[in-house]
Amino acid sequence: MRHTISLLVENEYGMLTRVAGLFSARGYQIDTLCVGPTLEEGIARMTLTTHGNDQVIEQIIKQLRKLIKVIKVTDLTGRPHVEREMVMVTVNARQGEQRQEVLSLVEIFRARVVDVSTDAFIVELTGNAEKVEAFIELLKPIGIREVVRTGTVAITRVAANKVYHPKGNEETFSQLSFDEKV
Amino acid sequence: MNMRGARILIEALRCENVKHVFGYPGGAVLHVYDEIAKSADELGITHYLVRHEQGALFAAAGYAQATGKTGVALVTSGPGGTNAVTGIANAFMDSIPVVVFTGQVPTHLIGNDAFQEADLTGITRSCTKHNYLVKNVDDLAPTIKEAFHVAGTGRPGPVLVDMPKDMTAQLCQFKYPETISMRSYNPTLKGHPAQIKKAVEAIINAKRPVLYVGGGAVTAGAHEEIRLLAEKLNLPVTCTLMGLGAFPASHPQSLGMLGMHGGYWTNMAVNNSDLLISIGARFDDRVTGKLDEFAKGAKIIHVDIDPACISKNVKADIPVVGDARVVCQQMLAEVARQFEAGSKMADRQPWIDQIAEWKRQHPFFYKEENDVIKPQYVIHELHRITKGKAVVSADVGQHQMWTAQLYGFDEPRNWLNSGGLGAMGYGFPAAMGAAVARPKDLVVAVVGDGGFQMSFNELATVKQYNIPVKILLINNGYLGMVRQWQEQFYAHTYSQSDLEVSPDFVKLAEAYGVTALRATKPGEVTHTLEKGLNMSGPVLIEMQVAREENVFPIVPAGAALKDMILQ
Repeated sequence: MRHTISLLVENEYGMLTRVAGLFSARGYQIDTLCVGPTLEEGIARMTLTTHGNDQVIEQIIKQLRKLIKVIKVTDLTGRPHVEREMVMVTVNARQGEQRQEVLSLVEIFRARVVDVSTDAFIVELTGNAEKVEAFIELLKPIGIREVVRTGTVAITRVAANKVYHPKGNEETFSQLSFDEKV
Repeated sequence: MNMRGARILIEALRCENVKHVFGYPGGAVLHVYDEIAKSADELGITHYLVRHEQGALFAAAGYAQATGKTGVALVTSGPGGTNAVTGIANAFMDSIPVVVFTGQVPTHLIGNDAFQEADLTGITRSCTKHNYLVKNVDDLAPTIKEAFHVAGTGRPGPVLVDMPKDMTAQLCQFKYPETISMRSYNPTLKGHPAQIKKAVEAIINAKRPVLYVGGGAVTAGAHEEIRLLAEKLNLPVTCTLMGLGAFPASHPQSLGMLGMHGGYWTNMAVNNSDLLISIGARFDDRVTGKLDEFAKGAKIIHVDIDPACISKNVKADIPVVGDARVVCQQMLAEVARQFEAGSKMADRQPWIDQIAEWKRQHPFFYKEENDVIKPQYVIHELHRITKGKAVVSADVGQHQMWTAQLYGFDEPRNWLNSGGLGAMGYGFPAAMGAAVARPKDLVVAVVGDGGFQMSFNELATVKQYNIPVKILLINNGYLGMVRQWQEQFYAHTYSQSDLEVSPDFVKLAEAYGVTALRATKPGEVTHTLEKGLNMSGPVLIEMQVAREENVFPIVPAGAALKDMILQ
């Protein structure tokens, strides 16, 4: 099963290799990885997605916690959180019908056109992995020239039990465990 | 007062109460060695010049294992560090507290493929508990403080501090932090009371319990508590290879060692138990054999200071995270409480009788012969002559297993070996470290002719400092364990395991100025051993033993414990 794991780490040299090295040394796999600073200087946030059975995930979390400079490890899967990734796609958009088709997909997915040329667009989309993949699939027949994806970032919901998200808005695209809890 | 980084290192070692350092100089650590010549004596620190960096790490490990104190090694950049890697990996696998200081090329040259440059923090990342590259001389003292803290607490392990040459040259104010607090590292020492209660209930109610004690119990100094626990609850106790001595081998409740070369009765007891209480052990593959078949009917209590150890190989029913000694103390208090509240222990006599019956059926066995020395007999005699009180450091292979099976360790920290990594060449330098740490005790290195040839260069070291290690060389002219596997599992194809050419070990030792004795007949064993062990200073005692003796019982790799081969 796919798990999204969030880490707070001391932002020291080599921290990324410590985390990545743990995965390769023990035969686990990182599917996506995002690193960025936090509000507190000296602490970085890593969000990674991985997969494995319960025992493997338990080991991954324990081994991550064991790293001396890892401050906190949270398995977000199974608790209320929001996940997003971003993709930029260079897609064919020749004058006429093709251009219209791309624009309507952009509209439906709430994506944005960020660069235009005579026969192509660069479009930008954020959403969870499923939404991003669905979007890419729909663009494929039109002709994708290049795809660049970030990994997943994820954040825990605040007071998740008090907030109501009506079905039908874009949250339905995300496989939120939140939905199971409400 | 401002002082250069090199002096800060020496001052910091003094603050950590370090008395002995094992090391080897080189370009990148010349400032440090200059400072050692100038100030080490006055600060009460003795440096031992080994003859290979790997020996420095093994010596530091032996030093730490024999005392519980953190061992210290100092080597230069590049090849100094890479030579040390096997020793670091050994300390990592066996959770030995060691701090390694490595030189590094000056900061401005890092990454330039400079002379004797190697990315030592990169190379050792997966075999250290943690490592540091000092980039600012102001960080040197706090880094050393943190390094010793990390190495020696929680589940101990090796920590490497890489010091670019300019860091040991620059001046700064020496201020050693008195305390340390890390938001990212706080090992749990005390077990959760609810888990302790559950564990004790399970133990009291078990009909076929076995207490399974590992190296963590030695590290935590839990031997006394474990004995009390075993006696109060009438528990049969087995020790792992790393745990030998955590429970007295001569105790009537002792089952000896379990696993691949464990006793038949021990493995049968473990496999047929209804409750396995693991304290400071990690369910290593050499212990469990085939996992699906391991102690299938047993509930598992797993006490360990490292949460990642618990349920890694075998799913624990009652996990307890904590220091072995603290948890055992909590358990003892809980036992008293439950007995007071009227709990009655399940009847264990049939189980104890059954184990005794297994032991009667298949005890350890070897056939004595008149014309050739049996290696097991040598170990037996070593035990008899030393009354089981020596500090024994084994190398890796058959002799290691015979020593583990037959020496009978009654005290913790008297048994040193490379258990996890299984690094040949460990035995002799580790004994050297132990002898430095415990000058009043008899220290014997039991080594094979294969492993000894990986580290006999340290003969020069023991001679130079008159370190009184007694080297007991079990010479069979083979890589014995390899040969045994080739005999048993590869149809006698002795591929590259026959050491056809070996030196005359007596002459070799004598070339270094080390006294040497040799026995070739069983009748000479006792006399030669007694003579050699009673001499002062380092001595090599060579036993030319039966060439094709095997270690039994043996659980073939990947087989279940119950499928052990008895002879």
